[in-house]
Amino acid sequence: MMKWLKANWFYLMVLVIALVIPFVITNRYYSQVITMSCLFAIGALSLNLIMGYTGQASLAHGGFFAIGAYGVAILTQTLGWNFWLALPAAALLSAFIGFLVGMPALRTRGSYFAITTLCLGEIIYLVSGNWIELTGGHNGIVGIPVPSPIFIPAVGRITFETQIMQYYLVLFFLLVTLFVMNRLVKSLKGLTFMSIRNNEDLAEAVGINTFRTKLLSFVIANFFAALAGGIYASLIGSISPSVASIAITFNFLMYALLGGIATLAGPIIGAFVMPILMEYLQFLQDYQMILFGVLLIIVIIYFPRGFMGLFTTLRDKLKKTKVGA
Amino acid sequence: MMVDGVSMELFLQQVFNGVMLGSTYAIVALGLTMVYGILHVPNFAHGHMYMLGAYVCFFLITIFGFAYWPAVAISAIVLALAGVVLEFLVYKPLRNAPALNPFIAALGALIILENAVVVLWGPEGHRIPNPYPGIIDVIGITMSQQRLLVIAVAFTMIFLLQLFIKKTTMGSTIEAVAQNKEGATLVGINVNRVSAMTFAISTGLAAVAACMVAPIFMISPSMGSLVGVKAFVIVILGGMGSIPGAIVGGIILGLIEAIGGGYFSAAYKDVFGFGALVLILAIKPTGLFGKEIKGR
Repeated sequence: MMKWLKANWFYLMVLVIALVIPFVITNRYYSQVITMSCLFAIGALSLNLIMGYTGQASLAHGGFFAIGAYGVAILTQTLGWNFWLALPAAALLSAFIGFLVGMPALRTRGSYFAITTLCLGEIIYLVSGNWIELTGGHNGIVGIPVPSPIFIPAVGRITFETQIMQYYLVLFFLLVTLFVMNRLVKSLKGLTFMSIRNNEDLAEAVGINTFRTKLLSFVIANFFAALAGGIYASLIGSISPSVASIAITFNFLMYALLGGIATLAGPIIGAFVMPILMEYLQFLQDYQMILFGVLLIIVIIYFPRGFMGLFTTLRDKLKKTKVGA
Repeated sequence: MMVDGVSMELFLQQVFNGVMLGSTYAIVALGLTMVYGILHVPNFAHGHMYMLGAYVCFFLITIFGFAYWPAVAISAIVLALAGVVLEFLVYKPLRNAPALNPFIAALGALIILENAVVVLWGPEGHRIPNPYPGIIDVIGITMSQQRLLVIAVAFTMIFLLQLFIKKTTMGSTIEAVAQNKEGATLVGINVNRVSAMTFAISTGLAAVAACMVAPIFMISPSMGSLVGVKAFVIVILGGMGSIPGAIVGGIILGLIEAIGGGYFSAAYKDVFGFGALVLILAIKPTGLFGKEIKGR
């Protein structure tokens, strides 16, 4: 027990901070920013699985986020389903669509896959803007109900009307996502993901069914992307085709990349640091995005492994000097 | 949809529009296929260079009072220089990085370009005054002179580019680098200079295409992203680095859009183009004219 504590004290501390943060930061606006960061961390983590660990640059990720968002919006608002039924249904739908489009798309490799998924994302965006009967066209869907109350024995009824409860809801799903990702990438399956990223031909040569492995990674990533989208729709209350725009994919990509791609902490750090940084850079207004672009280029040229890469390099250096002394 | 007969004239009209659209796509894609297929740089900001070309042309005409053709020429030169700068600042440091990295750097570049234009000149659309507003009627098809001009200029550009690559020493260095980078270096070809030149040609061509269609469509900061994506679609359809592939792919995409948009649904016209790409890649993962490419 002590050993376990010693090894994991840092993670426990982060968890405690995450649990008490809504009592420290009571400003409505900032707590909204933090809740959204948790939500985007789910999206960034799922993109990280397919892009970071499996090495397949899926640019349709925003599209699958939108499938989740529209799925929950239509099921709860239009059809009156319970949120807790609608959310898994929407995520499963997204996983299934991911399975269907992954079959042809994953036959391609590298840049070809990136372009194919970019087109798929663009198709999802165009359909969500034009299929007016289903999606409400460019006006989107408004009046999406907040998640329905749940009843837990011994705790009682929990409603999600307040911001604090919404934060805990998102945090719960972030932890679930993190748990699944952690188990996944540290399993044998996770190693096969990484072997495909490192050398697809070699992976195939040693007997890994690369196509099926890539498909699995793609389907899981799309499941979690839709999960984030579904919660997003329910918390924000209204959605429009902009949830399917390529900007969403770019944001997830940026969070994962700046935080450190192919690490578990990186996408979460990115999803927290970037929006908060953006808040501080509000005064730049229109120049903000330009700075963003410059930052992206500098990071990819000089720190391609993001913050986590920088961190591990520094830590290794520190260890070396300690051993030397 | 028209009920009173899917007439021949309507069909030919769509074909004409498709060829016009397709020939501009072809020259944009031509530039992209050169940097992508030859230098292996996925210049995702290509469509945004195209947008920038249209803006340069617009300001030369409306603010500095240039005539149309000199404005087109200067726009092409400015963008050729911008292409060289882009290559030097963004892609050159990433030449030996994994394939995904230049792709992401390109995203950064396009974010900068699009927002810089928004900041400088606003998000609203502009229109370049049409230098050739005349209309010609050929067997029932209405052809505006500007649209005919687009096709003529596109094919002239393609012809000149072929001449340059096949008949001049400078042009053949591009082909040499495409075939074998190490071999080209060994025989004394300066790869840096070839890269810069390829970029200059690529973005210069995009600027010409943009200036040609600018009097027909509106120009806006967001016009680049869709064209950029389409250029990628064409390059992949036609096979990376294949110049004939880019031309044929461009015309095919233009026709799919014009005919799909004209007969089925204008709102979904882009879906047809992108859908066609997904379909073709599903059947042949390396594109129509693509060679087997490993690990890229």
